[in-house]
Amino acid sequence: MSELHLVAMTVNGTRHEVAVEARRTLADVLRHDLGYTGTHLGCEHGICGACTVLVDGEPTRSCLVFGVQADDADVETVEGLGSEDALNPLQEAFTAHHALQCGFCTPGFLMLATALLRENPSPTDDEIRDAMASNICRCTGYQSILAAVRAAADGEPQPG
Amino acid sequence: MTAVGRPLRRVEDARLLCGAGRFVDDVDRPGQLWMRVVRSTVAHGRVLGVDTAAALEVPGVVAVMTAADLDPVPRIPVRLGPFDRPLDGFLQPVLAEDAVRYVGEPVAVVAAEDPYVAEDAAERVAAEFERLPVVLDATAALEPGAPALHEQGNEVLTLSRGYGDVEGAFARAAHVVEVEVTVGRHTAVPLETRGLVADYDAALGRLTLWGATKVPHFNRDVLAVLLGIEERRIAVRGGDAGGGFGVRGELYPEDVLVPWLARALGRPVKWIEDRAEHLVATNHSRQQRRRLAGAFAADGELLALRDRLWHDNGAYVRTHGVVVPELTLSMLPGPYRVAAYEGRAHVAVTNKTPCGTYRGPGRYEATFARERLLDAAADELGIDRVALRRRNLLERSDLPHRRALPVLGHDVEIDVGDFPGLLDTAIARSGYEDWRREARELREQGRAVGAGLAYFLEKSGGGGFERARVELDGSGCVHIATGGTSLGQGIETVLAQIAADELGTDPHDVEVLLGDTDAVSAGVGSWASRSTIFSGSAVQLAARATAERAREVAAGLLKAAAEDIELRDGRAVVRGSPEHGVALGAVADACDAASAARRGEEPRLTAARTFVDAPMTYPYGVHLAQVEVDRETGGVSVLRYFIAYEVGRAVNPALVEGQLVGGAAQGLGGALMEEFRYDAEGQPQCTSFMDYLIPSAAEVPPVGTAVCEDAPSPGNPLGVKGAGEGGVDGAGAVVAAAVEDALGASRAITGVPVVPEHVRAIAAAQN
Repeated sequence: MSELHLVAMTVNGTRHEVAVEARRTLADVLRHDLGYTGTHLGCEHGICGACTVLVDGEPTRSCLVFGVQADDADVETVEGLGSEDALNPLQEAFTAHHALQCGFCTPGFLMLATALLRENPSPTDDEIRDAMASNICRCTGYQSILAAVRAAADGEPQPG
Repeated sequence: MTAVGRPLRRVEDARLLCGAGRFVDDVDRPGQLWMRVVRSTVAHGRVLGVDTAAALEVPGVVAVMTAADLDPVPRIPVRLGPFDRPLDGFLQPVLAEDAVRYVGEPVAVVAAEDPYVAEDAAERVAAEFERLPVVLDATAALEPGAPALHEQGNEVLTLSRGYGDVEGAFARAAHVVEVEVTVGRHTAVPLETRGLVADYDAALGRLTLWGATKVPHFNRDVLAVLLGIEERRIAVRGGDAGGGFGVRGELYPEDVLVPWLARALGRPVKWIEDRAEHLVATNHSRQQRRRLAGAFAADGELLALRDRLWHDNGAYVRTHGVVVPELTLSMLPGPYRVAAYEGRAHVAVTNKTPCGTYRGPGRYEATFARERLLDAAADELGIDRVALRRRNLLERSDLPHRRALPVLGHDVEIDVGDFPGLLDTAIARSGYEDWRREARELREQGRAVGAGLAYFLEKSGGGGFERARVELDGSGCVHIATGGTSLGQGIETVLAQIAADELGTDPHDVEVLLGDTDAVSAGVGSWASRSTIFSGSAVQLAARATAERAREVAAGLLKAAAEDIELRDGRAVVRGSPEHGVALGAVADACDAASAARRGEEPRLTAARTFVDAPMTYPYGVHLAQVEVDRETGGVSVLRYFIAYEVGRAVNPALVEGQLVGGAAQGLGGALMEEFRYDAEGQPQCTSFMDYLIPSAAEVPPVGTAVCEDAPSPGNPLGVKGAGEGGVDGAGAVVAAAVEDALGASRAITGVPVVPEHVRAIAAAQN
C-alpha cells in the first residue's frame, strides 16, 4: 500500500477526516470512504458531469479532483439538498417537470443548477441552457431539466 | 378519480433526487474483492501466452485468472430465438482461449483488495498475441479469401424473408427506384456503466447477485447451468439502474466471471466497468449497409420492395442472436401497403465489438432505409413527399394486416390503427405546413433551412408472460413484486398507478419491488417495451384478485355483502354509506394466519397472477423536423422537432412523453453525432466521450409531442402498446430528409450519422 495522507473536509456541514492515497479521486473518497453515494460516476474523464459536487461553492467534477486537493474544503453533495420527505424547491421542480428518468445523472444536474442559481438567481433561458449543457443526460432529452431549472429560478408553485 | 391516465409524479423520484437510489456501485459486501478485466489490445490475433506473474506480485492482488483456469470455458448462450439455424459456432467464450477477435475482448481477470490495485495489476498482465489480418466491414467479410474469424467462416447466416410476387411487380412497374444506404455503428451509452456484485455463501451453497438488471430470471437460469449451481440457490437482487436502452443487463462475459471468482476465492467480488471499457465491451448496434429497391406504379402506388442488407455483427453472436437483422427485414414494409416484398440479410462477423439490440432495434435502421427510398421516389416521380406516403399508407379497411415476416417465429400482425389519421394529426399539431413555408422563405433569403417527415411502425411486447404478486399490509401500504425491472423508464410509477386503481389507494402508498428472483417465482424482464403490457397486466390481475379478497374480508368485518363493498381512499366502505367502513390496513390485519385459517383461507391479504400470451403490439408514429445547415462548416442545427405517436393507452402520459422526447435525443445523436470508428488495424477510435459524441442540452431542440390513444390494443386488458422506442425510430430518416430539403438536394443523404464533412461535400458540389 502506498503512502496515505490525512485529509480533512467538510461535507454538507459535517467535518470528516480520512486517510487517503494521493491518487484517490474526490469522487471515490466521497462515495467509498465517506458513504456519500449520491455522487455518481458516469465517465471518469470529466465529460458527463454526473459526479458534479460543489467545492467551496464551485461546481466541480469530482472525478477529476484528487481527495487530497479537497483538504480543508467545504464540499456540498446531493445529500445536502432536501430530504425525501421535504425536497428543496429545485428538487421539487425536477419531480414536477419529470426532469429525471433513471436518476443517475440527476445529482450532477442538481448540483450544477444549485451553483447556477446561487450565482445568477434570475438566469435567462439561454443562460440555463448554456450551464446545463455542461452535463450529459441520456434519458430525458433535456427540455424537462431546463424547464425545471426555469421553474425553480422563477419560484413558481409546482404543478402536479 | 382514477390514477391510470393521469400525468402523476413518479414514485421513484424522491429517493433519486436525494442521492438515495441504490445503484450497483452503491452495493458493498464485507470483505469484497474488486475485479478488473484484462482486455485484448489487438483486433485479431492468436493468443501465444498470458503471463500473470508480474501482476501476482502486486501487493493486494489475490488472484489472476485466465482461460486456462476454466475447464471448460463457458460460452455466452443466445437468449432469443429460434433462428433459421443454431449459432453455436459464433458464441463468445467468457475469456479468450486461443484467439482474440476484437479490441476489448476479455483475456484475463484480476481480483484485488482495492480497485486501484486491481487496475495497476491488470496493466502488468502480459498477454502476447500473434497478429492476424483483420476484417472490419460486413461486405468484405463475406468475400472469398477474407480473413476468417471463426472455424465456420464469417457468415453467421443469411436470413431470407418475403411474400407476394416481387418479380411480377417489378416487371410491370412504371418506375423502379433504388437506394443504397448505411446506418452507422452506435450504442446506447446508459449514463451508468455496467457492474455486478456477487456474494457466494459456501456454507449454504448460495449465490447472491446485485446489478443484473433487465432479464434477472434468465440470467439466473443461465448462470445456474454455467456455474453448476441449482437455480434455487441463486438470488438476483434488483436495484436502480442508470439507463438500459437494450444493452444493460444482458448476460455478458463479466457476468459469469464475477460470480465464478466469488465462488473460487470464497469472497464477495465486485466489478464496475469504466467508460473506456464500456465503449469497447458493451454491445454495439445498428451498423448496416443495404440496397433497397421499390417498384412503383405511375401514380405512385408502391407495388413491391426488394431489400438486400449486410449486417455487421462484430466478432461474436451474443445473447440477442440475429434478432436485429431479423427485425430489420420484418419491419421494412412499415406502415405501408406493400403487396410483395423480399428481403435478404447477410449477417457477418468482423473484428469489432459484438452487437446486440439498442432501443428501436431494426426499426431505426429499416425506417431510415424505407423513408429514404420514399423520399427518393417522390422526388423522382415528381410527387410531394408527404403525398406519396399518404398514397401508400395502410387504411383501416386493410386491418388486421398479416405479413409472413416472422421474428422469433411470430409473423407480423397489425391488428388496429389509423395510419392516415395519425399523419393528419402529426401535420396539424406540429404546424408542419408552417415549418415548410418558413423554410422556403428562409431559403429564398439564402439560408439553408429545410423540413422533413418520416413515418414508422413500431413493435412492442412479446416474451410470453409476466407474473406479479400484490399484497396489502397492515399499514394500508400496497406491495408489488414482478419480473420487470426498473431501468429508469418509470415502470414503478406505472405499476403503482394500475394497482392503486384496483385497490382504491394512492399510488404513492404503493411500493414496487422489481428484478428480485426470490420475490417472484418466474419472470421475463424489461425489453421490447413490454413491461407495461406484461407486468402492467399481471399487476392488474393480481391487484384485482387482492381487491376481491379484501371486499370479502371487509364484508365480514362490516356485516355487509361483499358485492356492496367499495375500496376507495384507502378504506373498504359499504356502498351508499361511506361512513360505514374500515381502513384497508385493518382488512389486512384480519387476514392474519389464525383468522385466515379459521375461514379456510391462506394467510395475508395477497394474490399472485400470471399474465400470458398477449400478442405483439404495433404502435406507430411520425417524426417531423426542421433543420438549418451551415454550408461553410457542414454543421446541422435541428430547429424544430415533433413526434406524433399512437400508444393505445397512456397509463401516465407524462412518462410516455418523456420516453418520446428522450428517445428523440438519442435518435438525433445517431443521426448527427454518434459513430464508432476504427483504424485500419481495427483499433477503436472512440473510447471516450471526446470521440463518441453524445448530444447535450446545446444540441437537442425542444421536442413537441402528440400522444394519441385512438387505437387501443385488443390484446391486453389495459389496451396499452409499448412506449419506449418510438422516440428514436424515425430520427435518422427525418434528419436526412430535412437536410436534403435544406440543401435543395435529392438522394444526397445516404447514411447516418450525417457528419459535417459529408454535408460540406454536398454543398461544395452544388456551388
